[in-house]
Amino acid sequence: MLYTFIFLSVLLLITLGVAAYETYAERKVAAFMQDRIGPDRAGPFGLFQPLADGVKMFMKEDFVPSTANKKLYFMGPAIAMTTALLTGVVIPWGGTLHFGGEAYSLQGADPGIGILYIFAMVSIGVYGIMLGGWASNNKYALYGAIRAASQMVSYELAMGMSIVALVMTTGTLSLSGIVNGQLDGTWNVFVQPLGVLLFITCAFAECNRAPFDLPECETELVGGYHTEFSSMKLGFYLFAEYVNMFISSAVISSLYFGGYDIPFVDQTGMASNLVVILGTLAFFAKVCFFIFLFMWIRWTLPRFRYDQLMNLGWKKLIPLAILNILITGGYMVFNGQVKL
Amino acid sequence: MSATFQPLTQRSRVVSDKKMTFLERIYLPAILKGMSITLKHFFFVKKVSLRYPEVEKPRSAIYRGHHVLKRDDQGRERCTACGLCAVACPAEAITMIAGERKKGEESVYREEKYATVYEINMLRCIFCGDCEDACPKEAIFLTDRIVEADYLRKPFVFGKNELVEPMEKSKRIDVSKRQTPDVLKFKEQRQYSHNR
Repeated sequence: MLYTFIFLSVLLLITLGVAAYETYAERKVAAFMQDRIGPDRAGPFGLFQPLADGVKMFMKEDFVPSTANKKLYFMGPAIAMTTALLTGVVIPWGGTLHFGGEAYSLQGADPGIGILYIFAMVSIGVYGIMLGGWASNNKYALYGAIRAASQMVSYELAMGMSIVALVMTTGTLSLSGIVNGQLDGTWNVFVQPLGVLLFITCAFAECNRAPFDLPECETELVGGYHTEFSSMKLGFYLFAEYVNMFISSAVISSLYFGGYDIPFVDQTGMASNLVVILGTLAFFAKVCFFIFLFMWIRWTLPRFRYDQLMNLGWKKLIPLAILNILITGGYMVFNGQVKL
Repeated sequence: MSATFQPLTQRSRVVSDKKMTFLERIYLPAILKGMSITLKHFFFVKKVSLRYPEVEKPRSAIYRGHHVLKRDDQGRERCTACGLCAVACPAEAITMIAGERKKGEESVYREEKYATVYEINMLRCIFCGDCEDACPKEAIFLTDRIVEADYLRKPFVFGKNELVEPMEKSKRIDVSKRQTPDVLKFKEQRQYSHNR
């Protein structure tokens, strides 16, 4: 019990720390891709920039529009942040450590329906954006919120269906179960190549990241759903986006890229605790790569138009996801893995 | 007569809205191509940013920046407060008050008349260098020093403290770069009154 509490506290701190440094990395990656240097004034290489940004956010005037619905206006950022932080609990950050006969699992909780839990939290996260946008009583905020809601609902469908095919092959909804199934080196990315593509695309849309950042589309909607937010409420929204990005990267890594698996590590004969720690590091390396991928895509692709976004979601991704399920099912029947 | 447009360059392209091929429609090859371009910039392309206060962009030798009021070889102020610079100034940025040199000040001011107050409003100045051209005493020059930024307007009215160069020989401000051979040759022609 105490261990779980400590583990979750550390996880919370790591999540917030990673999110803070994602903002720094985002600015650096953007700068480098545009042949600039990026923030380099606060500390060595600008490493204290997130700190400076945080202080700035706190020092800003916390403005509440007089026409806003106060309760919902406060709830919006809170929900966005809470749901973003809750998802990290079920992700298997590593194997199980053994010290003095006690087993310490590097996973906060392992419900049998880990994936569904993440989906539930992400869906509740939409409320944070919708409530915030609606409560602001501002047309741009409302437009942003509506876009966010319809975008997330549309892409959740394709995302869920790409997972269905994965669940069919792995036979479990538990995240640790899915990762354990990949420990022999057969990462799901090789089993479900189309599924990976669909899932990553949908993850981008779920995180409101470019090229799907229509809810906060600056060129059309001022700031989108967070137009009327300032100070740390705005900070929470922006931070929640980065936390979501971190969690999405973790989910992508554990579902399709082997989680904390390092290929052929079991043949080296290292101590099991060492393997677990190396595995966790490998997991974080994978997560970092996907965070970089998020940024890489953002600074490469222009934003979709709204009708293009909907066309892609409903007319391309969902049929492809269904096709993926059919192909997977057909292969399993043909291969004799299931009997009709 | 209807005008027919001639292409001015070889760059003009015929626009077509032909059907996209399958590869173009799935968009992925284009995405990968774009990503390879950004990745190339991320790793290999030299960054163009200059870390400003530490590294400065090279300026021309005859850059026109922060003015200087020169002293002569014996350290006397050359300016005689004739006001020609103020008259020449298109932005009306220069203002001065003339005073008469007292006994015993011969080592400070070269001429009998000198500027007790000499101010240039750096917010008005357009750094054209006309004051330098107008000066008969070779007293005012523009230099390659940058006028630094500030939070207030007031500090931008530069007085003699900011403008007159220091007395010490080592701290004198070199304006020889501004005096190109053409300028020096012109200044030798003593038949012009302002060169005397």
